[in-house]
Amino acid sequence: MKAQLLILADGRFPSGGHAHSGGLEAAVVRKRVSDLDSLRRFLIGRLYTSGLVGAAFAAAACADPGSMDGIDEELDARTPSPALRLASRRQGRSLWRAAAVVWPGPHVTKAGAVRKGLHQPVALGVVAEAAGCTPGESAAISAYHAVSGPASAAVRLLGLDPYQVHGLIAALGDDIDRVAQAATEAARGPAADLPAASSPLLDVSAEDHAAWEVRLFAS
Amino acid sequence: MHPDDHGHEHGPDETPHTHPHPDVDPHAPLAESGTGQRAVRIGIGGPVGSGKTALVAALCRAMADDLRLAVVTNDIYTTEDADFLLRNGVLPAERIRAVETGCCPHTAIRDDISANLDAIEELEDSLGPLDVILVESGGDNLTATFSKGLIDKQIFVVDVAGGDKVPRKGGPGVTAADLLVINKTDLAPLVGADLAVMDRDATARRGALPTVFLSLVEDPSAKPVQEWIRGLM
Repeated sequence: MKAQLLILADGRFPSGGHAHSGGLEAAVVRKRVSDLDSLRRFLIGRLYTSGLVGAAFAAAACADPGSMDGIDEELDARTPSPALRLASRRQGRSLWRAAAVVWPGPHVTKAGAVRKGLHQPVALGVVAEAAGCTPGESAAISAYHAVSGPASAAVRLLGLDPYQVHGLIAALGDDIDRVAQAATEAARGPAADLPAASSPLLDVSAEDHAAWEVRLFAS
Repeated sequence: MHPDDHGHEHGPDETPHTHPHPDVDPHAPLAESGTGQRAVRIGIGGPVGSGKTALVAALCRAMADDLRLAVVTNDIYTTEDADFLLRNGVLPAERIRAVETGCCPHTAIRDDISANLDAIEELEDSLGPLDVILVESGGDNLTATFSKGLIDKQIFVVDVAGGDKVPRKGGPGVTAADLLVINKTDLAPLVGADLAVMDRDATARRGALPTVFLSLVEDPSAKPVQEWIRGLM
């Protein structure tokens, strides 16, 4: 059980995440993130907004993968940016592609029928369930990825010291746990009541980023 | 290989379980299309500036009339290569997809191929059956190779201006690519590259695998590469 959790949480798991910066590329180019301190503020902001929402939806989909379509619609309603909808569904599709081989099963097969892809957190919950993880573990993976994805992009885009960046992630450990815990509790209710925390600047800058001629990350 | 023949024994009273069939392409958009046949996927890799995009353009020009082609590019600068192909009018825009690689061109073609597979799937969904899909990697170094989960055959492109010692250096691109293209041979006298040395070293590194010399200035249709691709069909 534990091993499956680690496999799914591993940044090397081939689910397309490496090409997405979670909004960090836009923040770097627009000079909002330039060093460790500004990266820390970015990560905290992302964790407690879209990170919380994603973790709650991952937990909900893991708890009830049969309701993936309805849960997916709820997340669509919480994703106002078309660019972020596309990025999320692309990553959901990529995750499904890996899971179809690694953890095949009826819910994973059903997720594959959504050609445009489920939203990434919903796909994560469905896949986590197939891998034998609990809703709480799904939320933990999602909350951790909300931070580790942009942090890894920061190492590549800003040339920050990778040890210091991982020190920063470790220092956010309590925050990640707290968000995962809150997300897991929120996921016990109906899908319509799942969290809807928003991060308008991430939405706006995702639209800006999607229009650039030159970019290194898909989102 | 039969799915039951997969490396471990099944006891008589164990819980029934299944295994993915080892001979089935797990990515298979084609099984769904019902044609029973899918496009040959050819990876084109090689160092920065060795002429990958120019080769792709030449191949498209030479083959687009009689084959159903599409191209996926992986340049670090997302739209650069796709724009080059569009500007040169070699393929209509709907036949070209650019994939962002998050600063890691080799990851996108080897360790985490999902974005490329998504692009291929989208091309096949929108265009219908295809004969050949060329997947061009972003310029990388001599260690970059394509995953077999992404492509069927790979071409590695080096050029004489990169130095005639490149084949001797080896690396998985040079040693294991299904076809090695030594490009820009027209520049050899200008840069002091010895083609005989490159040929000898390539043969030593590659054994029976083929190597071709190419100059798109002298041979704009990339005849030897084109013939090799047609031979795969």
